[in-house]
Amino acid sequence: MKPGGDPSMRKGAGASLALLVFFLAAWEWGPQALGVPSFIVPPLSTVATEFVHAFQFDHLLLHTGVTIGEVLAGFVLGSLLGAFVGYLLGMSPAAELALSPYILALQIAPKVAFAPLFILWMGFTVYPKILVAILIVFFPVMVNVLTALRNVDPDLINLARAFTATRAQIFWKIEFPNSMPPMFAGLRIGATLAVVGVVVGELVGGNVGLGYLLTFGEGQANTPLVFVSIVMLTLVGGIAYLAVILVERRVLHYLPKRELGGEL
Amino acid sequence: MPSPSASVPLRLEYRDVTMRFADRGGSGSGALTAVRGVSFAVRDGEVVSLIGPSGCGKSTLLNIGSGLMAPSKGAALVDGAPVAGPNAHVAFMLQKDLLLPWRTVAQNVMFGVEIQGVPAPDRRQRAANLLEQFNLAEFSDAYPHQLSGGMRQRVALARTLAVDPHVLLLDEPFSAVDAQTRMSLQRDLAQTLARAQKTALLITHDLFEAVTLSDRVLVMSRRPGVIIDEIAIDVPGRDDPIGRRADPRVAGYVARLMDRLDIAHAPRERQPAAGSA
Repeated sequence: MKPGGDPSMRKGAGASLALLVFFLAAWEWGPQALGVPSFIVPPLSTVATEFVHAFQFDHLLLHTGVTIGEVLAGFVLGSLLGAFVGYLLGMSPAAELALSPYILALQIAPKVAFAPLFILWMGFTVYPKILVAILIVFFPVMVNVLTALRNVDPDLINLARAFTATRAQIFWKIEFPNSMPPMFAGLRIGATLAVVGVVVGELVGGNVGLGYLLTFGEGQANTPLVFVSIVMLTLVGGIAYLAVILVERRVLHYLPKRELGGEL
Repeated sequence: MPSPSASVPLRLEYRDVTMRFADRGGSGSGALTAVRGVSFAVRDGEVVSLIGPSGCGKSTLLNIGSGLMAPSKGAALVDGAPVAGPNAHVAFMLQKDLLLPWRTVAQNVMFGVEIQGVPAPDRRQRAANLLEQFNLAEFSDAYPHQLSGGMRQRVALARTLAVDPHVLLLDEPFSAVDAQTRMSLQRDLAQTLARAQKTALLITHDLFEAVTLSDRVLVMSRRPGVIIDEIAIDVPGRDDPIGRRADPRVAGYVARLMDRLDIAHAPRERQPAAGSA
């Protein structure tokens, strides 16, 4: 995350920064140079102006806030549910055997396709968006937790058993902490997917949120507003991802640095 | 099989233990007998090694002794009572250190006593004492990935001793570390066992380890494992395996073990073991 003393890392960070400057410059002057009209690709400065405009007159902050709220709710509930079901199925092979075909089917089904259905059920509220996010976050977390429980070293369990551990002690002292690294890998995926789920929900129906702002901009042929929405959504996803990584570093502090995922 | 002197109590005893496993659908040969009719006893404070070819059921005996497996026939007894399941008097240690990466060294040492409900101040004291004894005090708050293989195995030994078991079951505890580290670990183990007068059953493939660390060595045959020989090691200094190694008698014992294990006739690998033909 921060450039270390390692010269190769510093070099990488420098190249990354140069790339950003190049990208922003290309955005600003590229379209004009190539004769692309600004309603197709508005230059950076136009988007920046639109950003201020949207902030002042289009309730950009409100839309962003609503989207953040939905992402947060969907992510937290989806993760909790995913982890809970993962642990439940992990503890009961019989339940896993019985449920696995249905879980697989639900996992294969494109979750965003449920968005119109949920809006039919719950109307133009925030709930269908949260529900899509829950559904989409659920699987990576559940699958990773379940796999972690399946892959506990049986000798570790035997060690605990030989020390006369109860089933609950085995879970809390071995299985649960052992599932943390894979669970965080699932949470990282979930954090970005939650944004996708919420946006699709907002695209399909409603009158608030960044997804709505996207369709609103599209309807008015206001390309800069579409760009503003995309940038804001990327920001929301990025912050969600970063938040997970910060928590992960705290929780998994005992791992050697190179084993911590999500290098930035 | 052995007839120990009546005055010293038996800590660990195997009485006519047979273990069969259901065939795992491969060869179709029905049940697989890992060990058959194994009987032996370990007296209080005695260290006994168990050697034999791979897959002869040594680890099965250890699992039965620790209560993780119930034998098909016969029984294991600890302090005269049949082993019905895991119990606080027996602790085992494997080739893998099985340290928990999310626990510090001290917390790993406390793992067993924590499960057994020893009060926190007491278990902290025990961990501190053991880490002091193994020269690991300065690593109390380190995490396992920061330690070398030998240090990790020392921590595992400390964790095994922390529960103050009557019987230690050691399954090739030092086979994964390099030769020099192994010798210092063997010395630490020997000194600890002698000082605390612990009873131990040690499984090993290292014949020198078996001879230098033990009071007696039991030799098992190929599967189905039966005990084919018992050798009392009549060399002083069981608490000093490195010094013991220099004793000329050790080479004689090792030669006898090699002979019993057919190691000298290595090309005849496929030859059925004595008594199982």
